[in-house]
Formats: sequence, structure tokens, C-alpha cells
Amino acid sequence: MTFRRGRRLTFTFEGSPLEAYEGETVAVALYAAGVSVLSWSSGLGRPRGLFCMIGKCSSCFMVVNGVPNVKTCREPVREGLAVERQRGWVPPADAAELGEVETRELETDLLVVGGGPAGLSAALEAAQQGLDVLVVDEHLRLGGQLLKQTHKFFGSVELFGGLRGFQIAGEYLKKLESNGRVRVLTQSAVYGAFRGGLVGVVGRDAHYVVKPRAVVGTPGASERYLDFANNDLPGVVGAGGVQTVMNELGVKPGERALVVGSGNVGLIISYQLLQAGVAVEAVVEILPEVGGWFVHAAKVRRYGIPILLRHTLKAVYGTEKVEEAEVVEVDEGFNPVPGSEKRFKVDLVLLAVGLEPDARLFAQCGAVMRWSPDLGGLVPLRTPGLETSVRNLYVAGDASGIEEATTAIIEGRVAALSAVSKLTEGSRAGRAAEEAERLNRFLWEEYRASPLLARARRGKQSVTVSEEEMEKVRALSPPPVSFG
Amino acid sequence: MEVPPYRRTGIVELGELARLGLLPPERRLRRGPVAVLECPEMIPCNICVPYCPTKSIRMERLIDLPAVDWETCTGCGMCVAVCPGLAAFVVDLSKEDYDYVTVPHEFLPVPRVGDEVVLLSRRGERVGRGTVIRVWERNRTHVVTVRVPKGLGMEVRAVWVER
Repeated sequence: MTFRRGRRLTFTFEGSPLEAYEGETVAVALYAAGVSVLSWSSGLGRPRGLFCMIGKCSSCFMVVNGVPNVKTCREPVREGLAVERQRGWVPPADAAELGEVETRELETDLLVVGGGPAGLSAALEAAQQGLDVLVVDEHLRLGGQLLKQTHKFFGSVELFGGLRGFQIAGEYLKKLESNGRVRVLTQSAVYGAFRGGLVGVVGRDAHYVVKPRAVVGTPGASERYLDFANNDLPGVVGAGGVQTVMNELGVKPGERALVVGSGNVGLIISYQLLQAGVAVEAVVEILPEVGGWFVHAAKVRRYGIPILLRHTLKAVYGTEKVEEAEVVEVDEGFNPVPGSEKRFKVDLVLLAVGLEPDARLFAQCGAVMRWSPDLGGLVPLRTPGLETSVRNLYVAGDASGIEEATTAIIEGRVAALSAVSKLTEGSRAGRAAEEAERLNRFLWEEYRASPLLARARRGKQSVTVSEEEMEKVRALSPPPVSFG
Repeated sequence: MEVPPYRRTGIVELGELARLGLLPPERRLRRGPVAVLECPEMIPCNICVPYCPTKSIRMERLIDLPAVDWETCTGCGMCVAVCPGLAAFVVDLSKEDYDYVTVPHEFLPVPRVGDEVVLLSRRGERVGRGTVIRVWERNRTHVVTVRVPKGLGMEVRAVWVER
């Protein structure tokens, strides 16, 4: 891996100057400088370090230029920025102090919420089919979790197989940039949808009110947490959070790590830690078999990383940062086996214990939701064309149920093509509908036919209903919001 | 459904590879370099198929296991370079004095021809030392051919450069 660093700059942390590189976020710049405590919790005043690094948790809230509760994982570091730790909850700054923010009105055919694999593919497909597209993403740049995937992806040549995740993002960005129909708002968050089919966006330098004809929601997922003693200690980090620090911004995250969870995320991050020169003590898995693909397990095993099946994390220890982790064996009922504790001297504990779909946008719009353990949590009910019970609101990617980037890319295209078939007329609409059906046939009958994907397939089946069925659902639970 | 042992260990045994049709026959192994694809699960992936220069790998569906035509495979190592799962290897058991193994390598430092490297088994055990005889690269995966002590050709699946 090579990292192109931006120019050097200086910002202040609690009054002292610190160096950073342009293009880094405040949270990563601080981490690189050895700052592990970003804030103290309200109430007990416990130290808090970074966790998710993608704007989904509140672990990195700090005071930036006097403004409290700033997500520093999403805040670009800049020359002269003043950053301070905050103690507990600080009320938001007074609106009058912050000054007026301009409101701009935007119209678009298709609003894409989230610029990860599903959002990128939806945006490109829709733009190529002649729709005007607006992509809104919270991060500094588009690409979502692809930006930090340094391993080569499975698939066929058409599905970007053999390319590394960040290269797939690069391919999409090139095509989107050269397509005049796509507008992009980065560092911008959709905060809600309103009657009249309006969507509010907090932008980098303005407040936007967007009137889309259709919306593809691809907000992704957040990392799950695990219950163990001192689980809030800095150094307990989401696996994806470490990927941001290490693979996206090129900062070595620690010296010795323990990885909890042997799904593909846990196995891949273990291999990547080793590539970055971090010693991986073990991968801990509570189940009696490896969670991820065998080939990913084989990759870590041949470099000597043990996978401890039927083990879980009992506790971590340290004063302001993880210094030691304690692992314990579990019995058939997942109860700890007394006396089986093992201790590891580590400064990093990575949680790779699954993802939870981000349901907020859909729930707020009043879409009918379903709980699916197979898919990781709450997801919107949808048609085969991925339309939710809110008319012209589509779902794709991890928010539709946890799978992986390749299926997210396919779903993004299905959602975009469904929107195209409804928003356009004549032969274009017909061709889009046919192409969506072809992709769906491939996804359901070929891709998900692998026995190892049976769980995701079952989950997705359980939350997909026919168009006719969806009309009945709409009649029973009319959504408060609709688009178009 | 019975959980295959490799899903508990992260290590696939030769018997399992043979059962799945992934192990070249003994006679072919003795004849010269040949691909060994340690890919026992139905991953939706077929990247090795279009890249094989002799069209020696077949897959009907995306999720099928790869089927190698051992007669036309030349052991060139292209599959080692492109396999996203880093599950493709080339072994050459045809020489009297040494075996030769070609493995993917994605760690720094990159081994150079002539380097003596640590040989690692599927279990991560250090099973000996070998000499690097060829290194090439494709999309940041290095393809390293290493000369190993006779008898270790089916054991060695990674190399490690000691700094």
C-alpha cells in the first residue's frame, strides 16, 4: 500500500500545537499523535476513545473551534483548528452565536443517501439512464467502506472481482465525475424527510431542502457492540474503525491486537493488521466454527494467528487505554467455563461481532419495517425492485440487510433501475425494468445460491413481498411521507 | 449438515482437497509445476477462469468450485496472482533434490530472488527455510516461487522474510 499524504499543517489540541496532514480527520490526526482519550463520559466521567470512525457513534465528540459535540471522525483537520476534549454532555452552541446559515432549495430526479458501494452504483446507473442525480454523503469523500478495503474482492470480472475495494470506489468515482448528471454533497447529512416529499440536508456550508422525484436510501450499517467488563475503554475499537485509521489514512493503529469475531470482517482485519506490522495475538470466536469464508481463515492461519473457537472476551484492563484483555472459553450454552481464562497483553481490542443496518431514514419516513435476525436487525419491507412501503423510496446495500459490497453494488443498480422504470416512459422504462429483473434473477438464483449465503438469502426473502402484497401493506399502513 | 473440519481449523487437509477434486493426481504432481487451488467452498467468484492463459480452469456457475484440467495446466502461476482469496498455489514435485512452491505474498519487505526465507505451513508452523527463485507482481500481490527441501512441496503455503 502507498499513501499520498496531503501537505503538513498545524492545529492545536488543548492549546498545544500538533502536526497533521491535510486530508486527515481530526480524530485520526489525534490518534496518530498518540491521543487516545477524546472525551469523558457524562455521569461517571469515564475516558472515551474512537470507535466506529464513520459518524455512526458518539465516541469521538469533541469541542472544535468552540463548537461542542462535533463528530471528529468526520471533521477535516485544518490549519489553526482548535480542538478540545469535552467532559460529558455539553449543550449545543447557541444558534445566534453560530450565525445564519443559508437555505438552498434543490430539485433532482433521484436523491441517493449515502455514497458507499450501493449508493455509487445506484447513482451511476440512474445517471447513465438519463436521470439527474444528487448524492449526499457524510464523509469527506465518496466511497463509503470501499475506501478502506485493501483486499481483493471476489466475483466475476463484471462484478469487479479481483480489484481491491478502494480501486472499485476509484472506478466509480471516475465514471461519476465524467457524468454531467451527478451532483455530490460530501460532509453533508440527511436529517429528515417531510410532508410534501422534501428532504432536509445539513451541508458543509449551507442548509439544503431537496425535492426529489425518488430516493434511494443506502445509509449502510453500524458496528455491533459486545458486553464485557470495561468495554468502553479507549483501545476497544470497531474493526471498521481501525480500517479507517489504518487502511484509509495510513496510521498504524497499535502494536498488539486481539480480534473478537471470526466473520469475514474479523478475519480480513486480522490479515490487514499483520500487513501493517501489528502483532495479532488471536481471533476469538464464540461459535464452534469459523464465521467467515474458509479462504480468509486460511490466510490468517498460515501466518500463525490462532483462531480460538468457543471463546469470548471477558474483560479488558487498563487505566486510560487497553493494556490487557482476558478471554474465556464457553460451554455449549455459551456460559463461561471457570478457570479457562487466558490473558493477552494487547493495546488494541477489535470488535468484529457483526453489523446492524441503519434503519433511521426509513423508519423516520414511516416505511413498514421488519425485524430480521438473519439480516442483522430492523430493515424496511420491500418489493423485488427494492421499493419500500413509502412510494419512490428504495433501499439498497447493508441498510436492506447485512450482506457485502458486491451484493450492495447489485442492489444499488436494481433500485436505480426500478426508479428509472417508474420515472421514465416508453422503451427506456421497459428496458430498465427488464434489466432490473435480469440482475435480480442473477442475484437470487446464482449469487445467493451458495449454501454459505443461505442465511442472508433466507433473511432477504423474508422481507421481500410482491408489488400486490405491498399495495395491501400501504393501504393498511399509509406512510406519512411520499416522494414523487 | 456436518461442519467440514476446515471450518473449525482454517486448515484444509489434502484428503479433503482430493475428495473435492482439487488435488492434482500423484502422477501429474510428479511431472512438473501444476496449480493447486485450495478453494473448498462455493464462493461466488470465478476470477481464475478468465485469467488462466491456457483456459485450464472451468466453472459452470459463479458459485461452483474450480475444476482444473491438469493436462493443460502449465503451472504458470497466473491464478496465484489473481485469486482474491489467495487460495491458489503452484507446486512442482518433479525435481530430485528440491520441491518448488509458488505462493502469493502481500507483506513488506517483498522477497528478492536469492533471499533465504522462512517457510510456513497451512498451520503457520515454521517448517524450514527456502530460497526465493522468482518474484513477480500483479495488482500488489507478489507471486513468489521458492525452492524448498524435498518433501515440503505440499506443506509450504507461505513465506516470511525475516527483517
